[in-house]
Amino acid sequence: MSSMIISGLACGLVFGFALERAGFASACKLTGQLRFKDWTVFNVMFTAILVCAFGLFALQMVGVVGQYDIFIPSAFIYATLLGGVGVGAGMAVGGFCPGTSVVGFCSGHMDGLVFFIGLILGTVVFAGAYDAIEPMLTALPAPEAQTVPELLGIPTIVVLLMLTGVAAVVGYLTTRAPRPRPTEAEKREQRDADGVSGTAAGNA
Amino acid sequence: MQNQPKPYWNPFVAGGLLGVGLLMAFVWTGHGMGASGFSTALAAKGSQAVAGQAAESNAYFGGLLSGGNNPLNAWITWQMIGLAVGALIGAMTAGRFRFQFGGPTKLGNGKRTVLALAGGMLAGFGARLSLGCTSGLGLSGSATLATAGFLFLIGFFVTGAGIGLFMKRYW
Repeated sequence: MSSMIISGLACGLVFGFALERAGFASACKLTGQLRFKDWTVFNVMFTAILVCAFGLFALQMVGVVGQYDIFIPSAFIYATLLGGVGVGAGMAVGGFCPGTSVVGFCSGHMDGLVFFIGLILGTVVFAGAYDAIEPMLTALPAPEAQTVPELLGIPTIVVLLMLTGVAAVVGYLTTRAPRPRPTEAEKREQRDADGVSGTAAGNA
Repeated sequence: MQNQPKPYWNPFVAGGLLGVGLLMAFVWTGHGMGASGFSTALAAKGSQAVAGQAAESNAYFGGLLSGGNNPLNAWITWQMIGLAVGALIGAMTAGRFRFQFGGPTKLGNGKRTVLALAGGMLAGFGARLSLGCTSGLGLSGSATLATAGFLFLIGFFVTGAGIGLFMKRYW
């Protein structure tokens, strides 16, 4: 097997397994973040971003990874922001994002499969409209600086520590409760249980 | 109960493993992980199978298919196969694999299907605008501290939360 196949399979395995263990096969859990009921998406994403970012920082410090060895995506103000808008709207409406729809499907969630079919159709629509959209795609590129430390002119480690601070505060505030607020279904169950025990207590 | 699925992992543990996997991808290949690159390749190849010439002469798909190129012959395809198998192993070993149709709990399966399809289309279209999705840009991009990653995440969370709060009535 070529190294492309081995590295792709190995990285993907960890990716899919971690997303499943985080609960990201469930549209209910994913969109819970967008209703501010469940902060798992934020906490998982920012933990992963920070672990990887600190790892890259350390490996670049000791010279294992060169500064220009890794791919840094370019920002185009309109296209990048509007892409986020589209994917965010897609999750709020359809329950998934592209990667998690496959995780959902592989856990038996058929809505994940339908979402994935939607992805293909949306891409075909994009291709059909490409001539009209193209000028907008590269309009208003971000400044030369492609990373946040370059953009703000502050050292990478300071940006990393600031992000860690934000993630730590949000993480603390959203996970300190002993358990998440009960869902409507759980509340109903609880009411029913209370009703039953209340009657029993009344009879006793 | 014996059939009860195992609980989800602590989010910081799951996020930590995800971060290690992502770092592994960067060190091994020079780039992060993604998802919409695969669905785009599949859309291009599928359009070619269905429409042939029309897909090859399309301004967008044409670039992916030119010179007999097969866009599916790429790293992202193997990564997505790995992702699917990893998710399947995760669901099976946690006793969580179960055929079901998720989505807004107060809506029937017909409306859920329409919403999942519409949501997928929005995300598929959006991810082509930004040249990446939550995985490729939001996660992998932000891990390199790229401005593009954070810009994407701002658009993603603000819009998602705005529409998410509106959708709340159906959950």
